[in-house]
Amino acid sequence: MPAADNIQRTIDAVWRIESPKLIGALARMVRDVGLAEELAQDALLAALETWPAQGVPENPGAWLLTTARRRAIDRLRRRPLLDRSHAEIGRSMDEEREAAVEALESAIDDDIGDDLLRLMFVACHPLLSAEARTALTLRLVAGLTTAEIARAFLTPEPTIAQRIVRAKRTLADARVPFEVPRGAERAERLASVLEVIYLVFNEGYSATAGSDWMRPQLCEEALRLGRILAGLAPAEPEVHGLVALMEIQASRAKARTGPGGEPVLLLDQNRARWDQILIRRGLAALAKAESLGGAGGFYALQAAIAACHARARTAGETDWPRIVALYDRLFALAPSPVVAVNRAVAVGMAEGPEAGLAAVDALRGEPALGGYHLLPGVRGDMLARLGRYAEAAVEFERAAGLTRNARERTLLSDRAARSRAQAGDSVALNR
Amino acid sequence: MRFMTMVKSAEGMKFGPPPMALFEAIGKLGADASKAGVFVEMGGLLPSDAGARVTLRNDTINVIDGPFTEAKEVIGGYAVYEVTSKAEAIEWSKRFLELHRRHWPGWEGEVELRQIMGQGEMPPAR
Repeated sequence: MPAADNIQRTIDAVWRIESPKLIGALARMVRDVGLAEELAQDALLAALETWPAQGVPENPGAWLLTTARRRAIDRLRRRPLLDRSHAEIGRSMDEEREAAVEALESAIDDDIGDDLLRLMFVACHPLLSAEARTALTLRLVAGLTTAEIARAFLTPEPTIAQRIVRAKRTLADARVPFEVPRGAERAERLASVLEVIYLVFNEGYSATAGSDWMRPQLCEEALRLGRILAGLAPAEPEVHGLVALMEIQASRAKARTGPGGEPVLLLDQNRARWDQILIRRGLAALAKAESLGGAGGFYALQAAIAACHARARTAGETDWPRIVALYDRLFALAPSPVVAVNRAVAVGMAEGPEAGLAAVDALRGEPALGGYHLLPGVRGDMLARLGRYAEAAVEFERAAGLTRNARERTLLSDRAARSRAQAGDSVALNR
Repeated sequence: MRFMTMVKSAEGMKFGPPPMALFEAIGKLGADASKAGVFVEMGGLLPSDAGARVTLRNDTINVIDGPFTEAKEVIGGYAVYEVTSKAEAIEWSKRFLELHRRHWPGWEGEVELRQIMGQGEMPPAR
């Protein structure tokens, strides 16, 4: 590999490791995330200029921070004085400027962890839309370029760029303090951070294999962010809960698609292809969440359900009654039709298709489930297991009509056809 | 992408005992890697006299107990990182060796890195 290429890759790697901490520390010193990022970029440029010739410094993080601070002080000093006629204001602006310079010069390298945590919390401020929070977090905390973020969310690059610019401006205009909030606000903000991380994970998880490489990369980024957060806020059970959920879901990545790229349902997956390292980590994170008293948390409960599957060596060994109990708790915490349907499926597995059908039928009045294609699909499954094939076929057709995913539609249509065939057989046998 | 990194050096008391400060520093590096979300696993290996080799040569399988005195360098430990590029894994390995330079002067050795198969495609260079 040519030397220039080599140094570029080294700088990229150093940047990836150091940039979030760098931006965090700078944001604390200048109290503006937009400016902090600019200063960090300045330092990166300086590195690109000098490291190829002088070599990578022994402590690259410290070098970058020192350089960024020096540049920040230079910038402040070089700012042109305001209109002379407003001498009073001019003087106090001067004082303000000197105070800022002094703050920069005397700022100590505080606990880096706190800086990074502050950065994550500020990037997920409620003033910003969910999309803006996501883009800003990926930019400042994960260090993704605008192009990478755009590609990940299948959004044009200028849109993402604008979104980030506006987000920074919103924070600056509102003079959002660069700090971790306290009390109730902290809990809310933490929930927002977790939401953003899980959103990123799901963007990556829902992409099928063989598509843009950036999509599975998103799962890894989300996992990385989750793990970083778990290191920064180790006493927060829901952080460990979310990490557990993501680790265990990610463990199934390679088993989720068949040779033709078709989706493979969890119960049909080849469990030998589940990543045991991720499962081990997920279970450890879940245990951590539970030891902190967080067993009943939103993410911890979902992780516990995922853990039930992870622990079963075969589909047949799944602890369905436990899963039903967990869905009961999840539903009590966050009643949603989706959770109710998943619970009904679990009931069908734990207690048999009659009970499952009853649980599904109890949901039929739910308006929110009107367009939910999985509901008729689940109902069809129960009916098929009860031998009521003709009715099952009708449900599968209905489900096929509701889904917008071509692959799923094919799957459901096939099941409808097979049920019709089986219905025909029963009629023939009963003659 | 997952990388296995293995540190290798001459065994025995050639460099003297490893200083306590080095172990602490390695522990801290592991914590740093963990905080950066890239740490998977790390471990030190007991000396080769506690180990063994199982070989297949000339159609025969043999077991040979350690120590492996004819080897110039043996693996002393390993670390597995989950990163987005080989350069990142190299960077962490450099920092690992930097700790040796600082805390165990005179020590010489190397870290070999190998990507673990099946953990995802190499993304195109930025």
